[in-house]
Amino acid sequence: MTIVLTLLEAIFILLSIVIAAATLTWVERRLLGFWQDRLGPNRVGWEGTLQIVADMVKIFFKQDWTPPFADKIIFTIAPAIVMATVLMGFAVIPFTTHFGIDLNLNIGLLFFLGMTSLSVYGVVLAGWASNSKFSLLGGMRAAAQMISYEVFMGLAVTGVVMLTGSFNLTDIVQAQTHLWFVVPQFLGFVLFLIAGIAEAHRLPFDLPEGENELGAGFHTEYSSMKFGMFFVGEYAGIILISMMTVVLYFGGWNGPIFPPVVWFLFKSTGFIIFFILLRAALPRPRYDQLMAYGWKLMLPLSLLNLAVTGAAMLAWS
Amino acid sequence: MYIYSALRTCWLTFLHLFHRTVTVQYPEQKPYLSPRYRGRIILTRDPDGEERCVSCHLCAAVCPVDCIDLQKTCKPDDWSPEYFRINFSRCIFCGFCEEACPTSAIQLIPDFEMSEYSRQNLVYEKENLLISGTGKVPDYNFYRVSGVRATNTNAEPVSPHRLLP
Ligand code: SF4
Ligand code: SF4
Repeated sequence: MTIVLTLLEAIFILLSIVIAAATLTWVERRLLGFWQDRLGPNRVGWEGTLQIVADMVKIFFKQDWTPPFADKIIFTIAPAIVMATVLMGFAVIPFTTHFGIDLNLNIGLLFFLGMTSLSVYGVVLAGWASNSKFSLLGGMRAAAQMISYEVFMGLAVTGVVMLTGSFNLTDIVQAQTHLWFVVPQFLGFVLFLIAGIAEAHRLPFDLPEGENELGAGFHTEYSSMKFGMFFVGEYAGIILISMMTVVLYFGGWNGPIFPPVVWFLFKSTGFIIFFILLRAALPRPRYDQLMAYGWKLMLPLSLLNLAVTGAAMLAWS
Repeated sequence: MYIYSALRTCWLTFLHLFHRTVTVQYPEQKPYLSPRYRGRIILTRDPDGEERCVSCHLCAAVCPVDCIDLQKTCKPDDWSPEYFRINFSRCIFCGFCEEACPTSAIQLIPDFEMSEYSRQNLVYEKENLLISGTGKVPDYNFYRVSGVRATNTNAEPVSPHRLLP
């Protein structure tokens, strides 16, 4: 009985995530419009709300073309890898104390880190299997960027793990009932957010795509729903990183008056909008600058954060 | 330094949420077009209701894309064109024809809504172009000032200083 319930819950959550990710493509276009003093897509349905339906219909009816020079099998499974790993990441998110797919996985945080690292395989394989120079460059950039930003993403969250003494995300949220970790771990929060942006390869760190130099980067050769899966996967990635930031640093479902799930979704939406704002505002750094930030600035800072947290905990106990 | 400027950029961009949008929602909300806007081309008549065009071919000659075609009638004392054809799928709305025309017959008006499903429908014939009014030049009558038809009417002799439109 519990298995069936959990299964239903999982299906419900994953479906909502996919639909939310699709809606996000419309939300993003409207918000970008407003931030550029335009209106954005507002024609289909009330204020453009049905735009995603139109996009869906369009993308399903596009020709699904596999280039003759591509490595067919890998070319086909690469989008599925991206989509699947991102959706797996949602398995450990605790929406409330009782709502979530696997609330008490004792390595929840590690599972999340593992899944985000795995998703780079989808991108790299897509770039490799496309057998075209732009895709390959995009894929290679993705690999290098992910590796360098993953390093200090892991180091940044270690501060939270030290304060809680657990990798279990439910425990981490419960430890924040009185004080959100963004206060004692502010540096860690900033580092995690930057790494998260790079992980979801969103602007200003979207060098794997880099429209103006690489065509469309790793998915240059993709069309139809294969491209759609990369697209939805990217937006699901934004949702995942936003929710993770809320869980780790902003007290998850904690909050007065409103029910916990409302608080959780409210905070996550705030971060999603922040991601879109970054895209509207910031230019893309050069590739060597990106690497230099990662290794010469972020990594020492996260080590410093770790050392200071450890010292403070020793002094307190 | 970079962080400060990045945050400031984000904040300034965010404030644009509360600015007025500049979008004109076109089919419902028409943009203002000045009277001098160069849009659809018309052929006008003089204040007496006669056709102004005298088939001089100046507009056809000046047109940079050669999209005007016309021919004068064979009837005596009638200079109006037998047919007058503008291919709007080639016209670039440069307004040269209007500038070249000695009689102010051909004029461009503020209207650009001429889309068609078939390209052939963009070739306008004389009955599509000719209107019953005088257009932008209300009181100019070429025949009066040039004196061509002065023999037929008992009009005053024409002053050569008023020969220009
Ligand atoms: S507007 Fe220019 S292109 Fe069009 S008919 Fe006149 S001269 Fe030709
Ligand atoms: S220039 Fe004017 S008068 Fe001459 S043919 Fe063209 S429209 Fe007629």
